[in-house]
Amino acid sequence: MGLGAESSLGDSVVTTRLDHAVNWGRSYSLWPMIFGTACCGIEFMSVAGAKYDISRFGAEVVRFSPRQADLLIVAGTISYKQAPILKKIYEQMCEPKWVISMGACACSGGFYDNYTTLQGIDEIIPVDEYVAGCPPRPEAVLDSIMRIQEKSHDESVLKDRIKEFKGRLDA
Amino acid sequence: MLKCDMLIEANDLKSTITKLKNEDGYVLLLDITVVDYSEFPDVTPSRFAAIYILRDSSFKKEITLKTFIDDDTLEIDSISDLYLSANWAERETYDQYGVTFKGHPNMKRLLNHHQFKGHPLRKDYAITKGQLCTETEDLMDEMNPLLESKGYTKEEIDDLMLLNVGPSHPASHGTIRNFAAMEGETITACITEIGYLHRGFEKSCENHTYSQVIPYTDRLNYCSAILNNIGWAKAVEEMLDIDITPRAKMIRIITGELSRIMDHLVCNGANMVDLGGLTNYWYLFAPRDSAYDLLSKLTGARLTNTYTRIGGLEFDLYDGFAGDLETVLKEVEIAISDCLTLIAHNRIFHDRTQDVGVIKPEFAISYGITGPNLRAAGVPFDLRKDKPYYGYENFDFDVVVGSHGDVYDRMMVRFEEMKQSIKIIRKAMIELPDGPINVDAPGVLLPAKADVYGNIEGLMNQFKLTIDGIKVPKGEYYSYSEGGNGELGFYIVSDGEGRPYKVKCRPPSFYSLAAYADIVDGGMLADAIVTMASMNFIAGEFDR
Repeated sequence: MGLGAESSLGDSVVTTRLDHAVNWGRSYSLWPMIFGTACCGIEFMSVAGAKYDISRFGAEVVRFSPRQADLLIVAGTISYKQAPILKKIYEQMCEPKWVISMGACACSGGFYDNYTTLQGIDEIIPVDEYVAGCPPRPEAVLDSIMRIQEKSHDESVLKDRIKEFKGRLDA
Repeated sequence: MLKCDMLIEANDLKSTITKLKNEDGYVLLLDITVVDYSEFPDVTPSRFAAIYILRDSSFKKEITLKTFIDDDTLEIDSISDLYLSANWAERETYDQYGVTFKGHPNMKRLLNHHQFKGHPLRKDYAITKGQLCTETEDLMDEMNPLLESKGYTKEEIDDLMLLNVGPSHPASHGTIRNFAAMEGETITACITEIGYLHRGFEKSCENHTYSQVIPYTDRLNYCSAILNNIGWAKAVEEMLDIDITPRAKMIRIITGELSRIMDHLVCNGANMVDLGGLTNYWYLFAPRDSAYDLLSKLTGARLTNTYTRIGGLEFDLYDGFAGDLETVLKEVEIAISDCLTLIAHNRIFHDRTQDVGVIKPEFAISYGITGPNLRAAGVPFDLRKDKPYYGYENFDFDVVVGSHGDVYDRMMVRFEEMKQSIKIIRKAMIELPDGPINVDAPGVLLPAKADVYGNIEGLMNQFKLTIDGIKVPKGEYYSYSEGGNGELGFYIVSDGEGRPYKVKCRPPSFYSLAAYADIVDGGMLADAIVTMASMNFIAGEFDR
């Protein structure tokens, strides 16, 4: 027998829309895949650490296999050499999936406006949330995860997601 | 004296370096680079000159050699048979400048991708000219000869399992690609490929003023940003012949040692995650978070502090800093003791780390490994003792050495070094002198805001420093400091203008990573993972 409020409900039936139930479940169990390359990756360690504690948002099951994850957090500079790998990892993730671009480098290349740095990961893959900062504070990352949670409420199991993104490597 | 110690003919290069190594004991090759003089104000014998930086076996003397390279052949003798560290150093130089090294076993690109055309650090390569990479290299051009040299036939090679560890793998704690040929669980051959986080640090330096480079140095070894800030500021100040104030020196020691502690905390914490001891990570990362709070109060940033200025520091210590610092230090001490309680006598930990990933002293020195990784092999090389700066000679601290050079030693050396750093910080806080934090040098440091708004001289000074930058005397210079991972060096060439003509960073983890494939060769895959974590490879540093 359960110990919470649900224990007094017995074997009642709850009616809801399927989309609503699925989205509710998804939003509180995002499994992030950390594509940490640089300084932001170290700052993500703080997000996962005891003080900021990403598990308060149900997203603590950090996966390093894209096939098990539904939230890609790109934390760090992406060079041209790294770009095809990022694309491959994004493609390996199952739908529905979301992408957080963490930090100035991932968003726009940051202050690395030079021959080796990709000027923003949105040249390669679609991005749902941009987080500013070099690196962003952990609160900013948590905020972006909360915004992804909100976005996930608009999903539907009946409809396909829009897939019209064409990046520089898709040509 | 802002010039190289020796200028030699290209033909004499190999014989001179052989003599330096065998007779004068210059056993440590610190770095190799090339300077492109095509836009230099002085006339030079040829466009490119190669620079070699060596350190002797007492670790107290360093020497820089320069030789001009023939413009027609762009070729020079390789010294990769003399020093193992020359292998990657020469490859990087070839990649960035297009100078080939005669007799090098594997002259191919290192940092830039295989589809890259041209050589980006040449002065005629535009900084923003990016080149798209569409697919990753398969590395079989290196793997097949390596396996054949180990006696594998073609059929046997087909039976081996080829495994990519990285470039996106949690154990690399960043972006390293290790391409391994496996026989069961045993690594029969391993090739390390880097460059996935090459961010053009050196090219960016040439396009920014000396002060604007400081934020870029933060992002070299981002686990201990202030130590990089100090290394850079120290190099430029030595070129300018500036002696910073006693208070600034002491504050640099305090914040630098705190950064060293933070660096070691994250290295050991992450290593314990790979070993399956996640609790230790929570223990060790918590005081790091407290140190972040302290540093953000002091510098305004948690991770990328940009704390030093050429000629001093950005801010003086705030009121109440001493108390906050002591709280952090106590937390670090508790974390170390908690962690050691869990692992010091833990059978599983011992079995996983002892006699694993062993580095022998001669091997380490030939590969140019420095810092905790070298000290764990039993070599007491620490620039804070051997070439003391900022008054490190007045502090009573031990150079921590290991005995066996295995993963266990490297972790324990880092634990003990944190304790030594705490000791240094406490002593420095007691002896912290009063006085200004910045030198009185109008051409170097920005004037007070009252002067900028109050009089024309102040306004002009601010404008000139911001737009033109600090004018560093013409010449070239190598400076070093003890970074989190070992000897962090900056080789700077100045043409007398406000922007560096050329900068070469000597990244300590670049050279330890070059040795990695040899260390794990013949070992188990699981041991290779632990070895990787224990050597603290920081992608921002080795890829730059």
